[in-house]
Amino acid sequence: MPEQIICKNLTLGYEGNAVAENLNFTVSSGDYLCILGENGSGKSTLIKALLGLKPQISGNIEWGDGCKANEIGYLPQQTVVQKDFPASVREIVRSGCLAKCGLRPFYNKEEKELAESTMQQLGIDGLARRCYRELSGGQQQRVLLARALCATRKILLLDEPVTGLDPKAQTDLYELIAKLNSNGITIIMVSHDIAAAVRYSSHVLHIGSKKQLFFGKSSDYIKSRVGQTFIKSEEVEGDG
Amino acid sequence: MAEIFEKLQLYFSYPFVRYALIVGLLIALCSSLLGVTLVLKRFSFIGDGLSHVAFGAMAVAVVVGLTNTMIIIVPVTVIAAILLLRTGQNTKIKGDAAVAMISVGALAVGYLLINLFSKSANIAGDVCSTLFGSTSILTLKEQDVWLCIGISVLVIAVFIFFYHKIFSVTFDENFAKATGTNANVYNLLIAVVIALIIVLAMNLVGSLLISALVIFPALSAMRIFKSYFAVTVYSAVLSVCCALIGILVSILAGTPVGATIVSVDIAAFIISGITGSICGGARR
Ligand SMILES: Nc1ncnc2c1ncn2[C@@H]1O[C@H](COP(=O)(O)OP(=O)(O)OP(=O)(O)O)[C@@H](O)[C@H]1O
Ligand SMILES: [Mg+2]
Repeated sequence: MPEQIICKNLTLGYEGNAVAENLNFTVSSGDYLCILGENGSGKSTLIKALLGLKPQISGNIEWGDGCKANEIGYLPQQTVVQKDFPASVREIVRSGCLAKCGLRPFYNKEEKELAESTMQQLGIDGLARRCYRELSGGQQQRVLLARALCATRKILLLDEPVTGLDPKAQTDLYELIAKLNSNGITIIMVSHDIAAAVRYSSHVLHIGSKKQLFFGKSSDYIKSRVGQTFIKSEEVEGDG
Repeated sequence: MAEIFEKLQLYFSYPFVRYALIVGLLIALCSSLLGVTLVLKRFSFIGDGLSHVAFGAMAVAVVVGLTNTMIIIVPVTVIAAILLLRTGQNTKIKGDAAVAMISVGALAVGYLLINLFSKSANIAGDVCSTLFGSTSILTLKEQDVWLCIGISVLVIAVFIFFYHKIFSVTFDENFAKATGTNANVYNLLIAVVIALIIVLAMNLVGSLLISALVIFPALSAMRIFKSYFAVTVYSAVLSVCCALIGILVSILAGTPVGATIVSVDIAAFIISGITGSICGGARR
């Protein structure tokens, strides 16, 4: 498996204060990496660093297998997208193709077709003319996922994609992501849903307060002490 | 009817009326194109904010003793506009607060300077004219018209050429950056274009009118339409129509031009609001 991302001794933080230190992990083509950790442990910060939105304090991120830093699709944690922005679903999905345009002012036929076929693939072609702000949370997530898929077919970065969805919609979205993964797209997903994480993912990266607690195969994670305690604590919370 | 046409014909034989019509329509068109972006980025009040900055700059110019105050006012306002608008959605101070801060600050400092240093007798007049737009749309000269045409063509060309980029960068800046669009460059480009048109319009038609031209067409269009393209087209068409009606009415009825255009815009907004709620209600 060719390696797509190699992180070495990566330290992240804001204004010189480290949030997560010494992260070491690799992501290979076709992997499904789940990033776990408590609130504030630096998961979203890591995603931003991978996207090149935020410079790291030290260490480095290497891109391999013909991947460039800007060839990744991205699904943000909360939709920072302005709530009252008037935009149709089709316009948003197409905007994923923007990087392919370069300086050309308009989308060409291939890009428009890519947008249409992606919408079909995610089952939102019926919503194409609808207004984004009038959709349900699950539908909005699918629209943003379609946009991300228009931007790349290599790596998808998802930051808590299922937050706020009902259980049925959550499962649907997980299945959809698993299907994309089996088609060969590398998935990096931040999640608090540990049960789903270990079920779907191939690898787990667990970030604790300031340091990396675990990185490896999901099957090993379930057997490890970190994994065991984390799974137990989540179950207790779930029961209570 | 014939009477009205005769009257219009008479008025349009005066060059200043023709100039007012051309400039009014062009500024209405340009400001409505950028209005959607401005409203969504919480910059609805930028016209008023910048007129205060212009006042502050004028105060400095008067104190320094310049006779041609425009040499300082125009660059300072353009720079202030760019500084305000350049920052994207990742700023710590959001658009409305930034505009309020800079406008109140410039007003206070300007007033203080004038109070401390100036011996000019006509201070009150100067203050009024910079705050509410020094020139009326009916006193334009031919060179103003050419300047306006030039800048309008530039604004429209930039808008059409970068339409999709402007959409993507205003809709979700982080995504645009992450997928390789140079969002900072486009933010700067949008800022420069908006700064140019607003400062130009402020000097030609006054800050009251420019604020209305930015806000009303965009808000009216957003009441009815659901896609960015439709909103943009409708607000441009609506803005030009309202400006045309406003100018014609003001000629025929002898009312002040700026205030008449704004009134027509308000009427259009109310009609759009009603249409929007009827259509929206019918669909559900
Ligand atoms: N813009 C910022 N400026 C300064 N500190 C920040 C900023 N954003 C986040 N932080 C800090 O960095 C730490 C990590 O934040 P991050 O958003 O990466 O957490 P997270 O793991 O994604 O949490 P969650 O599970 O709540 O999404 C937090 O302690 C937070 O206070
Ligand atoms: Mg987070």
